[in-house]
Formats: sequence, structure tokens, C-alpha cells
Amino acid sequence: MGVKMDDLLREFLTETADSLEVIDTELVRFESDPDDKDTLNNIFRLVHTIKGTCGFLGLPRLEAVAHAGETLLGLFREGTLKVTPEAVTLVLDSIDRIKALLGHLAAEHVEPEGNDRDIISRLEAHAEGGLSGVAGGAAVAAAAPPAAPVSAEPDFSEDPELAQAAGATTGRWDPDQQRYLRPGEVSMAELEAAFLATEGPAEIKNAKPTETEEGEGRKGAISTNATIRVNVDVLENLMTMVSELVLTRNQLMQMLRTVADSEFKAPLQRLSGITGELQECVMKTRMQPIGSAWKKLPRIVRDACQDLHKKIELVMEGEATELDRQVLDLIKDPLTHMIRNSCDHGVESPEDRIAAGKPETGTIKLRAYHEGGHIIIEVSDDGQGLKTERIRQKAVEKGIVDPLEAHGMTDAQVHRLVFAPGFSTAAQVTNMSGRGVGMDVVKTNVELIGGTIDLRSRRGEGTTFSIKIPLTLAIISALIIGVGEHRFALPQLSVLELVRAGPQCEQKIEFIKNTRVLRLRNRLLPLVSLEGILGLSMDGSEPQADELAYIVVMQVGDTRFGLIVDQVFDTEEIVVKPLSKRLGSVAQYSGATILGDGAVIMILDPGGVAKSISNLETTMRRVNQEEASRSSGDYVSGEKTTLLLFSAGGEEPRACPLNLVTRLEDLDATTFEMTQRGPVVQYRGRLMPLVHAAGTHALKNEGRQSILVFSQGESVIGLAVDAILDIVEDNLTIQLSDMTQGVLGTAVLKGKSTEIIDISYYLNQADQGWAEAAAAGERKAKRQRILLVDSHPFFRNMLAPLVNAAGYDVVVAESLEDAQTKLARGSVFDAVLADTDHPSKMDQFQAIVAQGGNGPVIPLSSKSEAPSTVLGPAVPKSDRYALLAALDSALRSRGEAA
Amino acid sequence: MNEREYVTFKIGTQVFGASVSEIHDVFRPSNTTTVPLSAPEIAGVLNLRGRIVTAIDGRARLGLPPKDKDDGRTLAIGVERDGESFGLIIDEIGEVLRLDADSLEQNPVNLDPVWASVSRGVHRLDNRLLVIMDIDRMLSPPGGDEVAAAA
Repeated sequence: MGVKMDDLLREFLTETADSLEVIDTELVRFESDPDDKDTLNNIFRLVHTIKGTCGFLGLPRLEAVAHAGETLLGLFREGTLKVTPEAVTLVLDSIDRIKALLGHLAAEHVEPEGNDRDIISRLEAHAEGGLSGVAGGAAVAAAAPPAAPVSAEPDFSEDPELAQAAGATTGRWDPDQQRYLRPGEVSMAELEAAFLATEGPAEIKNAKPTETEEGEGRKGAISTNATIRVNVDVLENLMTMVSELVLTRNQLMQMLRTVADSEFKAPLQRLSGITGELQECVMKTRMQPIGSAWKKLPRIVRDACQDLHKKIELVMEGEATELDRQVLDLIKDPLTHMIRNSCDHGVESPEDRIAAGKPETGTIKLRAYHEGGHIIIEVSDDGQGLKTERIRQKAVEKGIVDPLEAHGMTDAQVHRLVFAPGFSTAAQVTNMSGRGVGMDVVKTNVELIGGTIDLRSRRGEGTTFSIKIPLTLAIISALIIGVGEHRFALPQLSVLELVRAGPQCEQKIEFIKNTRVLRLRNRLLPLVSLEGILGLSMDGSEPQADELAYIVVMQVGDTRFGLIVDQVFDTEEIVVKPLSKRLGSVAQYSGATILGDGAVIMILDPGGVAKSISNLETTMRRVNQEEASRSSGDYVSGEKTTLLLFSAGGEEPRACPLNLVTRLEDLDATTFEMTQRGPVVQYRGRLMPLVHAAGTHALKNEGRQSILVFSQGESVIGLAVDAILDIVEDNLTIQLSDMTQGVLGTAVLKGKSTEIIDISYYLNQADQGWAEAAAAGERKAKRQRILLVDSHPFFRNMLAPLVNAAGYDVVVAESLEDAQTKLARGSVFDAVLADTDHPSKMDQFQAIVAQGGNGPVIPLSSKSEAPSTVLGPAVPKSDRYALLAALDSALRSRGEAA
Repeated sequence: MNEREYVTFKIGTQVFGASVSEIHDVFRPSNTTTVPLSAPEIAGVLNLRGRIVTAIDGRARLGLPPKDKDDGRTLAIGVERDGESFGLIIDEIGEVLRLDADSLEQNPVNLDPVWASVSRGVHRLDNRLLVIMDIDRMLSPPGGDEVAAAA
């Protein structure tokens, strides 16, 4: 036997696996239309072929099962037996058994021990029931069940895997109810068997015959197909060689570019063109219609309908859409799970549907299409949609989000929680999808092949999941970036955009604590430097605010972040080469590639990079998750203030200007200490007094406590809050309040009435004693006097304590007129901070200030990009550091002048 | 006589031998790309006729100090292992020797554990000692077996 037999066997396995897939699909179609003689003939012929080949190859078990199945099908064909769902289920069962046997055969090259009396007796019983003239579902059903127990368990002791598979097959038949019990498990066995069975040569063939072709295609379909089977290894090899040819071509082209006139130019052009075509052709050989991954799905939906007593129609669109076979293999399982999920959780029961005024039969639509180098696969149902509140509640119960966070989420954000690890939407765990495999696994699998998944859902109207995956994994589009001497490739799929940041640019890198952030279109983007991630620099070194850098804005799953790089070169189509085993442990790389100039560079793994920045501020993550729900483009020009929203002592949000906050911290509450003057915590080598925005009693005793850190001169003060909610930039219109201490007023932010807290109140509360004592020594004996002129009460209230805290005495004026009155009283001010609301009056105002021997006037602006004024560039009010720095330098120069 | 053929080469001042059958080729590594975060003995990756080769620095692997200055004469021994290409960077390549396998002596017990883990034994030649290198071990990350060897 030896080699020859093996070849025959392999050929048989591949062919049979194909046939079985066709049978599955055809049987489901046949069931819905028992008069379709063509379909039945096709099924019969395929089963007959299997039986015949098994006999020839000496595979008695397979032959026996196929024979029993064929007999039953023959009775259908003769019309002696009525086609019932039970009968079809029985045939499907026998197909499953054949698959399980084939799986063993593929792995071990021999049939497993044991026999198939159980399934054969059931088939025979059913056939006899038909022959004896009692052709009717009920009678046959009654005849069939007793056979099953008698046949006992088949002997699979030799092969646990098969035993498990077959156990599932037999176990799902419930003799009492005449229906499937656990179709989910069967499908697993089926997947397993199919997986084993398709290990052999590749399935290279045309798209399966479409409906229109079937009439004539049926009889000679297999023989007339102009296809051959080619071993996958051969294709892989071909691919590798073409990749190298492409690289060599690129090298040559690059060399020639430097030569002005060369006789090689024309032939090389031609070589280049041919190489491109060759590459495309070879890529095509790896392409398969996505329909081949969908073949099992009608069966799965059918089984699900039986099990769940639902009526569902599966509509498939775009089966001919082609993608790389490697991608195809990897997408099969996630798709199967999604379809099951839609059957189970999406589509309602017929009763519910009728009650909701929908057609009794639900529809699950599977759609695939190309979109810009990617394939989009959509699974949509017209079912009940996601239960937003239920998900929210569940997520909180499971500790996936904290209640406040959940409360602040939009519907779309809540829906996405179904992708969170450990989340299962089913209130009742069912056999269908309650197998511990949740949508998070689907998401992980999709992301593994560089894809993304998203969903949209409307209550009562249905849910649509959409998957975006690359066409191929072998060649990807990548952005080539540089850090120092190093170059890296970054898969384009995860790159959203490129931003240049620096002093001369629109965008600037800013800091919260030591975390770099970028303000990008109203959102805060956490930044990490690639240098830091790759350990090429001391990332802990004092960060510089004015650095010039390229920022690659990336999205990995829900995390959006900016990667700081030194250089951005080009986008190139790169051939992905697997990573050496010696480098496999470095999570930051997913592979390597050879560039046109012959250099080898590493391909960065966006997921690995994202993981290495997991220590980003919680706030950042929340900001990232924040849907861009605010309408863009309809900004009202005027003053915009960036506010930090948080909650304290209640669910309604509170806010304070972000720029007043030095840092956001998340501290362990057990490290807090009580002193006579109030709670304190050891913070960066000194004691930081704490005050809670909802009163000291609200301070946590255990767990993590969110703290806003404010600096006052040399001392720091912590304002504890329940949770940090968001950061918004908005036109601030404050309704002033005189009633509540600690509240400046209320403003409408993001459609919600929000209390704007008076930070100075809290700071003073914490400050008593502490900061006084700490700062007293450093304050100059003679405090300098500052006049602050601002017509806006909010800024007066915000800036006065700030300047005061920095060690100056502050006098506040509401307007230039008011200021003049105060100046006229004869007091001399060391500096005047004036809002430039009325630029025309500034000249005159300065003259008045200068006359009285006062210090310089420092113009202020409420805009973050401070405009130039007659008095020089204005200082943004929102930038406390810039303000204090300007004040300091103004006073210093006055001191020197004097 | 049970003869074996060995390619001899120098790493630092020590002469090593490796079985001819294990060595694919000898090449001059150029344009090596260093890989941040990789193990210290990994010199980088390079392109050798369209294949990506992982270069292992022989000196670093054996705990020897790096070469004083790059004299441009660096060489590497090409090894194919599990479908992957490796290059072991050496200092000098020597002649091919035919030696009697029976004259291979065990590692001296006091040999440095890192060296012992990559050495199959020692041949006594007329004027020097030839350490027979286990290329597989040499290309594997240093670890477990050395501890065992040291114990």
C-alpha cells in the first residue's frame, strides 16, 4: 500500500469533505422544498459516490452509514417516503457521523474501532416505517426512538476525540420530543471533523454554482470545472518567491533611479510590469470566495430554528467576494458564532414577532463586500435589538464598568460592552451560545487578523455586527516610521491619521502628570513615544512641552492613542515575514519585512504597542471611549473653556476648569491618614492635605480614590471626587449662584446642568494651617500687589485665588472704569493683569496705569491661542503656568528697572 | 577510525569547531538591523539573498566582551534551523579539520557553565584546544540547562 494508498486516501478525504458540505446545504434547501427533484438527485448522487468510494477503499464503517443514508434518500426519491423534518434531521445525523469518521480517518489513516448500529438502526427504522406504508411523521417518529437505546453507545474507546464528537451527535437526539437537544455541540463536532478533513490539499475551485447555473451545471458540474487541485505548500512557496522577486525588482528600480540614462531602463520597466502582474496572479491563487466559509451556516441556522422554535431565514449576499484563504480560515469560527448569536439573542420567537407587528419569520442577513483594500462582513438581524438598560445593569453587576461610568455612557457605548471580556448578554444561558464563548472571543479573533468589529443596534428593529478585515495577511499596507536610527513598519489598518505637533504647529503636546497628551479636535489623546516603548530612551526624563514630533494617531480596539515618532517616511506595501522564534517573545513586533533598499525592518504589532501603554491615565481611556456625540462644526465663536467633569456626592456632574488642575491621581485610600487638621496623604515625598468635594465624610476608606491635585506655590492640595467623568471644551455660560458655598454657579454642559465648583473655596478649606504654614516662609515679607481687571465674573473668581495663592495680593476690578477708580485712589500696583475685551481702550488705559507709577500691564485673553495686542502678546487665561510666568517675568524686569 | 569533519572558527581567542553538516554557509553580515527589546545576544536581523536572517552575537552569547572596533572583517556562520535562518557572528574562520570522534574528551568540570552548556566536548590538538560547539544550544536562549550544568 504505502504511498499510493495514502494518495488515494487523501484525495478521497478532500473530495468527500467538499461533497459533504454541499449535501449539508442542499438538504436544508430540500427540506424547505421537498418537490425539488434536482436537489434530491444531487444529494443522492453525492451520497452514492461516497458509498461507492468507501467500498473501493475498504472502509466498511463509512460504507455502512452511507448505505443506510442512501437507502432512506432513495425512498424519498421514489416518493414512497414523505419528507419530514425528522427524516431530514436523521439524514443530517448520518452525515455528521460520516464527518466524524472521516475526521478520524484523516488523523489516523484508519477507520476507528466500533460500529454505527445506533445511527444505522434509526435510519433503517425510519425507512421501514416508510416502506410499511405508515408514511407519516408521527408513526415514523414512534418507530425510530426505541432503536437508539438498543444500539447503545458506539465503541469509541480508541479515540477520545471521536468519542466526544460522536457523543455529541447521539446526545442531541431526544427520543421523547423528537427534536434536537443540543445542536450547538453537534456543530462543534462538525467543525472539528471538517477541520480535520480539510487538512489535505487546498480547495481550489470556482465559486460554488449559483442558483442560475444549477439547471445545467448539476449533471456535469464537477467534471467540467476547469480547475485543478494544488497543494497549499506549493502556493505558499510560489508566494514567497514572488515576494522576493518583487523585492529584487524594487532594488533594481532604486538603483536605476540614480542613473540618468541607461539602456536597462526599458527592459526593467517591462520586468517591473510583469512582476506586478505575476504578483497579482499569485495572490489570486490564494483567494477564495467567502461563500466557502458560509456553507455550514444554513445548516446551523436550521438547527437553531428547530432548537429554539424560531423561524429564521438566512439571506446571503456577496458570496463571491474573494479573500485570502488564510484570512478565510481564521474568520470561519467567529462568523459561525455570530450567526448563532443572532439566532439565539437577536431574532425573537414567532409569537413575540407577531405581537410586535413583524412577520413571523425573522431574517438574518449575511453580507460581504469590498471596501478599499478590506472586506466588510455584516451580520444583521431584524430582531429585538440590544437591551441597552439590561446590558448597562449587567456590566455594572459584573464589574466591567462602575455605575457612574455606566450612567454617563451613550447607548452606542453601552452596546459595545457586549465585546467586553466576561460579558454574556443572555439572561438565560442557553445551549446555543451559552458555552462560555462570548462576543469578546469573536472580537479577539477578528483583531488577531488585523480586523475590527463594531455593531449598531436599534431597539425593536435589529442589530448589525460589522467586521472589517484585510484581504490578505501576506502583503499589508504599512507606514514606515523612524525613531532615531531605527525604522519600523506600522500596519496602516490601525493608523487613523498623522499629526505634526510642536511650537509652530496648530497642535501642541501637553502634559497631565507625566503623561503626554494631545488636544485633538476637542478630545484628549494620550500620547506615548515609540522610543520609550522600545526602551530606546529614558522615558522618565523631564518631558519637554515644546518638542517637535510626528504623532501617528492609532486605534486598537477601543483604545485610541498617539504614537510619537521622529520621522514618517512612506506608505509601502510590505511582504510580511514571520518573526524568528528568538524574537517571538517581544510583544511589540508582529513580524519583519524587507524594504525596497534591502534593509530588514521590524513590523510593529499595534496590539502589543497598545498593551505597553496600559498605564495610561484612566481619564484618558474614558475620553477615548467617549463617542464624538457632540455635534462638530456648529461651534459658536466665543470663549471656550476646557472643563473637567467629575461627580462628587451625587450623580449630577460637577466641573472645574481643567487648567487649574495640576494632576489627576488615583490613590490607594488605605494610605490616607487622619490628622487634627483633616485627612492627609503622603504624596511625592510630602504631606498633601485632602478635602472631598462632597464633604470630608465622603472620602473613601478603602479602594482607589480619584484625586484632583492642585498646586499652590510650593504646596499641593488634593480634592477628592467620586469619579472623573469627562473633559469638555465648551462655551461657558455660568448662571452665578450666591446660595451654595463652594459653587460658583451652574452651566449647561453636554446638555446637562452642571455645577461649576469654586476651587478657591475648597482650597482654602484644605489650606487652613497647612499651606499657610508651608508657604509662609517662602512668601516675601512685602507682598506685591496686583490689580486684576476682568469683566467676566468666572475668570475673576478663577484667577484671583490663583494669583493670590502664588504669593501676591490681589485687587479685583470689574471693568477698566472700575480699575481706573481703584488706580485713582493712589495705591500703586506692581503689575496689572487686564482682559483685552475692549482692545480700543487699552492704549488709553495703559497710559493711565503708567502715570501712576504702576507696573506693566499684562494683557490677558480668554482664547487659548492668545492674540497679539497693542501691549504685546496676550497671555491665555486658561493657562495658569503661562500666566504666572508672565507675571513673574514682568515683576522681575520691573525690579531690575527700579 | 571514526572521523568527523569540523569547521573551525574563532570567537574571541578561543577556537571552536562545529560539525560541517550543521553549517549551511559562511557569509559577511552587512546592513544588520538591531532589534530593540530583543535579548542581548541577538545582534539583529539582516537580509541574506531575500531571506531574513537572525544574527546571534557569538561573543555576547558566551559572555565575552564585544570586539574593540569593527574591522569590517566580521563573519557569520549560516545555520538553518526549524525552517529559520540564523547567523552566528564569529571573529575568524579557520580550516576544516578531520578528527577522530573517539578522541573527543568531556568538558572539564570547572568549565564556565554558559560555555559548558554549548560545548559537546574538547579535542586536544597539538598546540591548542578545540571546543566542539553545539550550534543548536548556541542559537537557543541561554537559560535552564546552564543552571543545571552549574549545579
